[in-house]
Amino acid sequence: MTIRIRGLATGGLLTGALLATTSLASAETLTIATVNNGDMIRMQKLTDDFTAKNPGIELEWVTLEENVLRQRVTTDIATKGGQYDVMTIGTYEVPIWAKLGWLHELSMPADYDVDDLLPSIRDGLTADGKLYAAPFYGESSMVMYRTDLFEAAGLDMPDAPTWDFVADAARKLTDKDNELYGICLRGKAGWGENMAFLSAAANSFGAKWFDMDWNAQFDSPEWNETLTFYVNLMNDAGPPGASSNGFNENLALFQTGKCAMWIDATVAASFVSNPDDSQVADSVGFALAPDNGLGKRGNWLWAWTLGIPASSEKVEAAEKFIAWATSKAYLELVAENEGWANVPPGTRTSLYENPKYQEAAPFAAMTLSSIQAADPKNPTVDEVPYVGVQFVAIPEFQGIGTAVGQQFSAALAGQITVEQALANAQTLTEREMKRAGY
Amino acid sequence: MATLHTKAAARAMMSPAVILLLIWMAVPLAMTLYFSFLRYNLLMPGMEEYTGFLNYEFFLTDPAFPIALANTLMLVGGVLLITVVGGVFLAILLDQPFWGQGIVRLLAIAPFFVMPTVSALVWKNMLMHPVNGLFAWIARSFGAEPVDWLSSMPLFSIIIIVAWAWLPFATLIILTALQSLDSDQKEAAEMDGAGPVSIFLHITLPHLARALTVVILIETIFLLSVFAEILVTTSGGPGNASTNIAYLIYTQALLQFDVGTASAGGVVAVILANIVAIFLIRMIGKNLET
Amino acid sequence: MSRTATPQRKALFTLIGWTIGLVLFFPILWTILTSFKTEVEAVTTPPTFFFFDWTFENYLAVQERSNYFLHAMNSVIISVGSTALGLLIAVPAAWAMAFSPTKRTKDILMWMLSTKMLPPVGVLVPIYLIARDWGVLDTRIALVVVLMMINLPIIVWMLYTYFKEIPGDILEAARMDGASLRQEIVSVLAPMAVPGIASTLLLNIILAWNEAFWTLNLTAAKAAPLTAFIASYSSPEGLFWAKLSAASTMAIAPILVMGWFSQKQLVRGLTFGAVK
Repeated sequence: MTIRIRGLATGGLLTGALLATTSLASAETLTIATVNNGDMIRMQKLTDDFTAKNPGIELEWVTLEENVLRQRVTTDIATKGGQYDVMTIGTYEVPIWAKLGWLHELSMPADYDVDDLLPSIRDGLTADGKLYAAPFYGESSMVMYRTDLFEAAGLDMPDAPTWDFVADAARKLTDKDNELYGICLRGKAGWGENMAFLSAAANSFGAKWFDMDWNAQFDSPEWNETLTFYVNLMNDAGPPGASSNGFNENLALFQTGKCAMWIDATVAASFVSNPDDSQVADSVGFALAPDNGLGKRGNWLWAWTLGIPASSEKVEAAEKFIAWATSKAYLELVAENEGWANVPPGTRTSLYENPKYQEAAPFAAMTLSSIQAADPKNPTVDEVPYVGVQFVAIPEFQGIGTAVGQQFSAALAGQITVEQALANAQTLTEREMKRAGY
Repeated sequence: MATLHTKAAARAMMSPAVILLLIWMAVPLAMTLYFSFLRYNLLMPGMEEYTGFLNYEFFLTDPAFPIALANTLMLVGGVLLITVVGGVFLAILLDQPFWGQGIVRLLAIAPFFVMPTVSALVWKNMLMHPVNGLFAWIARSFGAEPVDWLSSMPLFSIIIIVAWAWLPFATLIILTALQSLDSDQKEAAEMDGAGPVSIFLHITLPHLARALTVVILIETIFLLSVFAEILVTTSGGPGNASTNIAYLIYTQALLQFDVGTASAGGVVAVILANIVAIFLIRMIGKNLET
Repeated sequence: MSRTATPQRKALFTLIGWTIGLVLFFPILWTILTSFKTEVEAVTTPPTFFFFDWTFENYLAVQERSNYFLHAMNSVIISVGSTALGLLIAVPAAWAMAFSPTKRTKDILMWMLSTKMLPPVGVLVPIYLIARDWGVLDTRIALVVVLMMINLPIIVWMLYTYFKEIPGDILEAARMDGASLRQEIVSVLAPMAVPGIASTLLLNIILAWNEAFWTLNLTAAKAAPLTAFIASYSSPEGLFWAKLSAASTMAIAPILVMGWFSQKQLVRGLTFGAVK
């Protein structure tokens, strides 16, 4: 059954006359919806290179904050609104949308070199051997720490630390009177906020979202261990107000020298080591996300990708654009204009083999190892029915993840106990899953 | 006095507004009602089917619902209290002659022009943040422990942010009313030896009754659907501590894309809003009679 | 004359008045100051007030990145357009309600106000589907109509209360003199109604300017106003305080300046019939 409002269509005639101008717009204008992260802003600046090489195609940008963008493009693609020709979407959306037939299968030119794309990222964008979106940049998470503080305290950060070491060091380095906090972690509720960190961390503790029969697992001892560890650590060694801190708040804290350690997205590495933005730029070290001796690390995997909605009528032009924006040549173009350190990371093997990049980006090796350490198809210690490291690639997850995130955020704020938070999370997940028909 | 001719003319003049609003109200409401009885999720196309009252049941039995209901009322009540009391105080102050009165008035009404998203971002990150915020800095300068506004008292913090934006509105209306107050009456009372407090209680306040009614009614309409401030600052948390009905519907409509449940929530919200409206009109509506 | 202030009294009120005025204005002042700082300085504690390296780089960056004038122009067209259209429909309606009231007038008014209570997010999908089927997604006309609709009840009500204060005797007298309906409106009513209409206009421009739900959800590239411009500067991933402050300052500056210049007009008609 399709839901359409034909009765009202006649009324559209009235407004139709007023719209003559918009419908006359050139057939080769691509409308591109994208996120306002730094790498995309650079892409927007380099538009001229594309239009010079492809006369007859004009680009129109819609740049929005991540959450607003997601809500806009999802509404549009689900209702077949057809407002966009190229959409920037995450690795969470791609498998779901591809399955629904909402995305156009991409056919890239021969010189594109699909095999150069990092396998762990490419896997998440492929269904039945067909590529549905091309990665623009990829990220994992890792530990960023202050080498000066570690040295002063006589601590030595290993390349692959354990949670116990991190917790220990965090407690030792905390000096609340001088506004120095041992560790800064996300606490703001949201499936892409605190739950990104906590789901990934939970994997390393052996916890999981669902068992093979899609039963929620928040009543498991592993989740209890994860959340207890997190809440205790943050109470002892975290900054005040942690329950409303997201990426930005922690970035601000770390850059102003208030955190000894911060576990977050690998893209942060280029911010914290940039002397223009960061007061601690010359004393930042990097390490893999911690593990708990169970064979899985607590790091996530994410990529922003470019896809074409099935409703687009300008597929050919859109493909040309995507091939341009995710090509090797584009990386070189950015390097030429903005330096190698600002090249969109985490998508191509050849980039990490490039000596110029390795030199310009001290965090390159650690970023690559982090990305390779994540396996979206086998995210946790046990076998699970879902794909995704820090998310579960089912349509219901955004809502459930955010609601669970609110409970965990309340536990961090001390409003409820860890046990209560887990019990609430269990009940609400069961409720939503039952409704969704699992 | 109204002749048949003017009556017909009056009807003709009113009809565009009434008809348009009827359509504006009826069409989306009818569609919302229709959707509310469907199992309809944008992310699961092709599975739409009639489900009876299941969406309503799901929305109303959500453990967050009673909390959201209470929060909605507290938010409206709290902001009204601050803006009405603060507005009366500020209006009286601005009515006194002092140096630079015109400039101070401009400064005081400025918050009304700021977009909700902008004001929420500024308050959250530059003022209320427990580490980098200005309030924390002030607290530490006095040797006090900085208050963690958005985690320890989320709803109160949001009330402050929203009240800041609406205080100028209340002040302006009350000030206008105040300036129409007959000063002869006040002077006569002063002659009789009445103190400032009793003048305020017996002359000023009754005079302001209508203005206050207007402030309460208009603000209530807007405050029932406060949303941007919550999304930007606390995302309804921690837990559900700052979730109101509008935000709860948002989580259904735009996080879950569950149009069915969101529509049911919308219908529930309309019913609730109308209950509040009827209650308000009963309580204070007589002040609006001319 | 007890109202004549003594100098001490005046000084006291000056002090209190300025303190409160500055406190209320402070968040905005702080945003403006931050817009002239570098990104690092914007998050420094202890905060710097006036003594920092003033820089215009944020404004340049914003200018380079987005088409501010397109967004500002859209905001102007949408807020002025929706208000003008709203007045066109509301003036006759309010006039009729004020001068030829029936038993149901009050009920109609209250019903109109109640239409404002439908939570926008609950009807997003229906409205989006209608807009798609009419092909008006991402057009200014769609926003003009939608914002006109959501503000129409307020416009009607404001005008109604204002018109009600125009003494009926004057109309009566004009009618006695044999004035036609048209003359009645043009030469008697219009001059008296102008202040009320003006302040209604101003208030609604402000409300439409700041509307951030429909303007974000029904637009993409062509019709996006300043609310969308702001949404491209706040971000969950990336530090941006100084730039966001610059963008915010640019977004609120036009409406703030307009509000300040027209303050007297705004206040005069903001009575909602509250003055009696």
